[in-house]
Amino acid sequence: MTIEQAKPLLAVEGLSVEFGNSRVVDDLSFTVHPGKTVAIVGESGSGKSVTSLSIMRLADTMGAKFAAGRIVFGDRDLLKASQKEMRTIRGKEIAMIFQEPMTSLNPVFTIGDQICEVLMLHEKMGKSAAMAEARRLLDMVRLPDSEQLLKRYPHQLSGGMRQRVMIAMALACRPKLLIADEPTTALDVTIQAQILTIMRELQKDLGMGMVFITHDMGVVAEMADEVVVMWKGKKVEQGPVSQIFADPQHPYTRTLLAAVPRLGSMTGEEFPKRLPLTVLENDVPTVVGEERVQDTARYNEVPLLSVKDLFVRFDMRKTMLGKVTHRLSAVSKVGFDIYPGETLALVGESGSGKSTIGRTIQQLQTAHSGEISFNGRSYSAMSAAERFRMRQEVQYIFQDPFASLDPRKTVGFSIAEPINTHGLISGGKAVRRRVDELLERVGLSSAHADRYPHEFSGGQRQRICIARALASDPKLIIADEALSALDVSIQAQIINLFMDLQAERGLAYLFISHDMAVVEKMSHRVAVLYLGQIMEMGSRRQIFETPRHAYTRRLLSAVPVADPSAERNVTLMEGEIPNPVRRVGDEPAILAHEEIDPGHFVAKSA
Amino acid sequence: MAGFLVKRFLQAIFVVIAITLLVSFAIRLTGDPAVTMFQGGGSMTEDDLARIRAALGTDKPFFVQYFDFLKGIITLDFGRSFVGGTQVSTLIGNAVPATLMLAFVSMAISIVLSIPLGIMAATSRGKGLDQAIRIFSLIGLSFPNFWLATMLVLLFSITLGLLPPSGMGGIQSYIMPGATMAIILTATNVRLVRTTMLDTLQSQYVMVARAKGLSETTVLYKHALRNCAIPLVTYFGLQFGSLLGGIVVIERVFNWPGLGTLAFDAVGARDYPVLQAVITVLSLLIVGINLLVDIAYGLIDPRIRTE
Repeated sequence: MTIEQAKPLLAVEGLSVEFGNSRVVDDLSFTVHPGKTVAIVGESGSGKSVTSLSIMRLADTMGAKFAAGRIVFGDRDLLKASQKEMRTIRGKEIAMIFQEPMTSLNPVFTIGDQICEVLMLHEKMGKSAAMAEARRLLDMVRLPDSEQLLKRYPHQLSGGMRQRVMIAMALACRPKLLIADEPTTALDVTIQAQILTIMRELQKDLGMGMVFITHDMGVVAEMADEVVVMWKGKKVEQGPVSQIFADPQHPYTRTLLAAVPRLGSMTGEEFPKRLPLTVLENDVPTVVGEERVQDTARYNEVPLLSVKDLFVRFDMRKTMLGKVTHRLSAVSKVGFDIYPGETLALVGESGSGKSTIGRTIQQLQTAHSGEISFNGRSYSAMSAAERFRMRQEVQYIFQDPFASLDPRKTVGFSIAEPINTHGLISGGKAVRRRVDELLERVGLSSAHADRYPHEFSGGQRQRICIARALASDPKLIIADEALSALDVSIQAQIINLFMDLQAERGLAYLFISHDMAVVEKMSHRVAVLYLGQIMEMGSRRQIFETPRHAYTRRLLSAVPVADPSAERNVTLMEGEIPNPVRRVGDEPAILAHEEIDPGHFVAKSA
Repeated sequence: MAGFLVKRFLQAIFVVIAITLLVSFAIRLTGDPAVTMFQGGGSMTEDDLARIRAALGTDKPFFVQYFDFLKGIITLDFGRSFVGGTQVSTLIGNAVPATLMLAFVSMAISIVLSIPLGIMAATSRGKGLDQAIRIFSLIGLSFPNFWLATMLVLLFSITLGLLPPSGMGGIQSYIMPGATMAIILTATNVRLVRTTMLDTLQSQYVMVARAKGLSETTVLYKHALRNCAIPLVTYFGLQFGSLLGGIVVIERVFNWPGLGTLAFDAVGARDYPVLQAVITVLSLLIVGINLLVDIAYGLIDPRIRTE
């Protein structure tokens, strides 16, 4: 029996959704069959989330109007159903998992109560029966110690555990259809691999249909049977997953796939490479930009930044008299050098201490011990004025371009601020000229200087943040997950911008990221962090081609491969990152390092 | 928890000492109670005044008087009123329940009204109902309380003769003073509930609750409201403090035998013992309410409980 002959579980037919006067979904059609997964892919603003919320009829609460079409589930048109009827379908027949596991669970109710709520509502179970079932569900998503977990609150759980609770909750009433809206986007790759495996297995067990919304082509390749590509509210292409990857028809699909960073694409290359981009020009994919080997690192010079034996600790718990009893060792005995013109990547999962290191270098955080020197001068030997000047030499770019620009100041003001703070240029006109230059350098125009951040897209805002970082003419830029919040096509543009600036100005980057494919594309050297310590450090080739530490290998194998014909990663990695808060006196063991090849350091097991 | 309570108790002692010290000192700058007592009472000699001062104890140095007062707190003996000579503890004992009853009644009315109204306004944001609730809240905010009280007395007592114009008696006597304060409190609280609710309704877990198929009432009153509770309880706690301060005017208008009336008369007569006792009791009440608010935080939000 082929897919076409069976009766679909869900049929979306000619759906159009409007908010006010703007049409965000236009004439969308697709079907989902039991036991199958349809992935809806597209960039932010393509209408994919609105589609999922429309199926649930939750888009109504956001003010959506359904201009045309039908959403047929079983025998009924959900667009004609009342909210009262929808309530008997939501959570029971169609369940949904959301993107943000950290905020999806209500912080003031226990895990048990939140799962039981659904069971008591739809299955009319009593409290104790519901609790027993909730426990079974937690076991099903492989959460350890389910009995205790029922009594705990969301804040006591990690992101990965919360998302598993969300899955347990969504599957509580054995829904026929599961809608997963970017369920793993906010998670680390290792945790993502766990969640995807669990979802795949449970889908097989329960035989449910799945609508999987994502912008990550690697996840699509691992999860989907069928792919719907959305662009500007319209479906531009649809087909079986193998066909979409092997032979994409629509120009947009082709550019989207071209922009996906692929792990292993740089194998054999000594240096990072600036690669041309495939962009849509008059709906034709066109290759623009030059190809250039990024041989910018000047290893013969003195290291620009040198970190030695850095320790950063946070006091977590105190007794009544203020004596510290528990500490978090965020960074333990970390040391590395960054040379002028070099990109050093710090990779690791959340909680590995990578941001803390960046913040310590930028003097946003004080170190417990250790030495940081810039251009051969130690921070501790510097006067307050010199340390202030360091803030000019070292600039920071944050992950969230929406939160890191002041919404009440013009973009021009924000870019001019470091120039004025450090008194680099005097005279309003000269400053304005410099701001215009910077805006043009990052691919915007001088006319943008008088606008406010909300008028820009995410990618444009990140360009503005880069312009601001460049304003003080720094030597080192710390980019803390600066690409993580961006769509892949924008990400590819920003990577090239970073590389061009490095070639022009000899900038050094400390590139903090959890995205291994991006790191492979743009870094000279890589340090892998786990629980505040360096597990492995070496050149890009050493880390990606001959990884020696088990953790590095684990991290690399967890990255989803954007190729549906590749073997699926079925090994389920159990376990969570251990809690880094420890009793004082019970400090983590410091691992020694061994140089196995020139410049390739691996931590010895404790 | 024990450590927390000990800390709070020490804090309370510090607050009471600081406030009473300041008030006792300040009131003594305003004049001599002996002179006040004689006002309109004909001629008096310096000897007469000295005798009165000795009788009242105001001839002793300030710190001696203050320490006598502190000693009194411990034994619950605040001395005797300069006016009439009644035991201060008796005066306070009669006034505290009157004030607290009135304050609780007005707070209760206001909370019961403002939560559903605020939620209605938030869920109908920008629509007619929201506008109407906001306009009424603005009108309520703009009333001076004494004017509102007077208008209520004119309407319900003088014109209609339905309610007693003053004094504390049966349940009818609570209606007008309670309503006057409740109207003004509700006007602010509705806006607060609306704003915090709007924030909470943006949360992902509210969407998740809806996606579970829960009714809108459960989503709003169970999932969302409990998350709004922290800012609301904080504000209600602070409001209770300012309410106790603001009650003076209302108690005067309705001739309510509470702490406000007592304080008002004591200031006029420079009746130190009464005034010091009233201030002590008020600050203890406020410290107590804040303690309850802190304990409530832990009950409402597990994240605070485990800290």
